[in-house]
Amino acid sequence: MSAEHPLLAHHFDDIEQQRGAETLGMWVFLATEVLIFGGLFTGYFVYRSWYPRDFEAVSARLNVLIGAVNTVVLLTSSLTMALSVYAVRTGRQRMLLHGLTLTAVLGTAFLVLKAVEYYADYRDGLVPNTAPFDAPEHQREWAEAQVSPQKVILFLMFYYVMTGLHAVHLTVGIGLMAWLIVRARGGTLSPERYVPVEVCGLYWHFVDVVWIFLLPLLYLTGTHHPADFTHFL
Amino acid sequence: MSERVTQPPTYYAVFAGLIALTVLTVGLSLVDLGEWHTVVGLGIAIAKALLVVLFFMHLLHSDTMTWIAAGTGLFWLGIMLVLTLSDYLTRWVLSY
Repeated sequence: MSAEHPLLAHHFDDIEQQRGAETLGMWVFLATEVLIFGGLFTGYFVYRSWYPRDFEAVSARLNVLIGAVNTVVLLTSSLTMALSVYAVRTGRQRMLLHGLTLTAVLGTAFLVLKAVEYYADYRDGLVPNTAPFDAPEHQREWAEAQVSPQKVILFLMFYYVMTGLHAVHLTVGIGLMAWLIVRARGGTLSPERYVPVEVCGLYWHFVDVVWIFLLPLLYLTGTHHPADFTHFL
Repeated sequence: MSERVTQPPTYYAVFAGLIALTVLTVGLSLVDLGEWHTVVGLGIAIAKALLVVLFFMHLLHSDTMTWIAAGTGLFWLGIMLVLTLSDYLTRWVLSY
């Protein structure tokens, strides 16, 4: 126990306690984040149980190709984030810089794909109160599938609010990566001073976990056809 | 706090597992499971989330305080889900 550790703040007994408190702070914050998203998930489950057929029908219309590709993109970014933590703790500065940059780039790629997907949703008539959504031939499709437009809008509201809130979190995460990259370049991250990378990593992985649950609830709740994976291209 | 530094081979193995589970869950969307899609999808998602939390977020080698913080988040979520759904999912029992 190094009581004379140069990074030790005066209100901690030793550096281990200080680092423990720093990561614990992020875990407590993430516990509150669980409840923010949890409220949306609870609402989803209630309406999912009330209108199962309608939710399955609209879910089957979502862009499963981009949804699946984005899942892989985000999981890969979590891998590069985890490797960045390894890099900073073992003093590999170049690997740290590359890892953080890759993480930020993959996160940005996710947002770009999401924007492309939102536009495809608009074109496919999945944005309520727009011309493609209100088009009579499109409404007739829902009627033939015996799905009421109100239930379609209800599911889509969950889709846009949940993916939107997730995208906001991811944007914050990319900002954190930019801050870490600046610090890594300035040489203020080291095996002794690794906690910033560790706690930003915790946040990044949490955002990944949220998406892991959004994928089955939004995209995979309906049965897809193999053609769904190609007709968006 | 963990003095242990997780080594890259562990991360690669976890990543491979996550990709395999993703392929599985997306593949299952092509099978007509009806309302079981949500249940199966959630099950796979829980497995993936555990992989991320235990290994990528280092919970496996974290101290007791961290486990309590993580468990508290889950516990509160459990209260919200169980109390809410015990109402909405059982209304048909006394539908008179």
